[in-house]
Amino acid sequence: MATTATATRGGNSGTTVTRVPRASGWQPARVVSIREETHRVKTIRFAVTNWPGHLAGQHADVRLTAEDGYRAERSYSIASPPEISDLELTVDRLDDGEVSPFLTGQLRPDDTIQLRGPIGGHFVWTALERRRPLLLVGGGSGVVPLMCMLRHRKLSHSAVPTALLYSSRTREDVIYHSELMALAESDPAFTLRITLTRDSAPGWSGRVGRIDLPAVQALLDDLGRAVDTFVCGPDAFVEAAAALMVQAGQPADAIRTERFGATGNGSKSTGVAHEDV
Amino acid sequence: MSSITRGFQGRRSHSESKRLPPGQHLVGDFPVLSAGATPHTPLDSWTFALEAEDGTKIGTWNWDEFRALGPTEVTADIHCVTRWSKFDTDWRGIAVDRIFAAAGLEDPPSPFVLALCDGGYTTNLPVEDLLDGKALVVWEFDGEPLAPEHGGPARLLVPHLYFWKSAKWIRGLRFMEDNEPGFWEVNGYHSYGDPWREQRYDGD
Repeated sequence: MATTATATRGGNSGTTVTRVPRASGWQPARVVSIREETHRVKTIRFAVTNWPGHLAGQHADVRLTAEDGYRAERSYSIASPPEISDLELTVDRLDDGEVSPFLTGQLRPDDTIQLRGPIGGHFVWTALERRRPLLLVGGGSGVVPLMCMLRHRKLSHSAVPTALLYSSRTREDVIYHSELMALAESDPAFTLRITLTRDSAPGWSGRVGRIDLPAVQALLDDLGRAVDTFVCGPDAFVEAAAALMVQAGQPADAIRTERFGATGNGSKSTGVAHEDV
Repeated sequence: MSSITRGFQGRRSHSESKRLPPGQHLVGDFPVLSAGATPHTPLDSWTFALEAEDGTKIGTWNWDEFRALGPTEVTADIHCVTRWSKFDTDWRGIAVDRIFAAAGLEDPPSPFVLALCDGGYTTNLPVEDLLDGKALVVWEFDGEPLAPEHGGPARLLVPHLYFWKSAKWIRGLRFMEDNEPGFWEVNGYHSYGDPWREQRYDGD
């Protein structure tokens, strides 16, 4: 479903903001299919009858209800582009989590959960109004909203020069690997840089180690001076990556971040974080 | 139709449930969330300003002057709209009442304020929600200086509202006649943000 995006001036910050669809109330979402992305990550495709549409980078709230009425709610980044009618969430299983183990382990096709959204209007990219080169930096499942942007970019035939710098623990943890490789091969305006922080698998010809200043600087130099940057991942990753961007000369207002606390206590599902807290 | 999720049990804790607003769950750590890169403001150039709607300064304090206004300590539960809550967080700072008094304000000149922050972040609040000890500008968390990623040098603390209202990196408050929306309020979030009424998003 296409959404209408119009540029307006922000009330007091002077920055351009995108008119975002208003979040729906809770509504049933039926599981259409479940796809395994990695050993701990699954993509769940939902059919949602009254979805208001979304922009690439937004998230959705999920509600699970036990038989005695107990509820658990979490937010997940939307993986599917606005152009397709079903809604996909890519969920990283947190072993001590409450909701992600259920979504990735017990949910089956034709099950129904409750869902509302879309949520968040800052960490969004729309091909219609954003013409500057794009630098996407993702850590772990922080790649999910960035993949949504890449899919939207492709389906809207945007030729904006774009690079994805994606940090993953191991090769087996790389989400959307084949889709990203295919995009890099078919689209000369897209640059893919995957770096593995835990090991270099046999035959791995990509980068190894944490994202560093030379890597960020090189991509920014290739893309040009005025670049829009989106950074998503765990707290520490985003803090470090955003600081590298600033060091590399990116103006702070061109850096948009989204974080999630990949910490104990089942505190956080993956992929949400729109608040300034 | 039934909204029961087949097979879902969940991990409930009834002892916590009365202190948790609807849709929230308890965490033990302190997640960091923000919209951009973390600003780092040196203390020797830090000031806090109270402003009239036209930007005229009603009062300005540097770092030492501000902290000398008479600090208080509070313990509060905090609730983030991304659904985590944290109990019994300890803070040290200046009650907003004291800031108003130090500027010689007997009564606030307008019913609303916009919190102004490094990095361009803003959030709107009714003045009434900042009075009678309900809000502070804090620089210590858990007995330690507030870390930059948590809003240091100083942040607003309004624990009875969702935590995006507790603006990080605060540098001032601007009085407003009308309730003009701030950063997240423009971006689809609720204008007031009461966690007990689950006012998460515009229209809730």
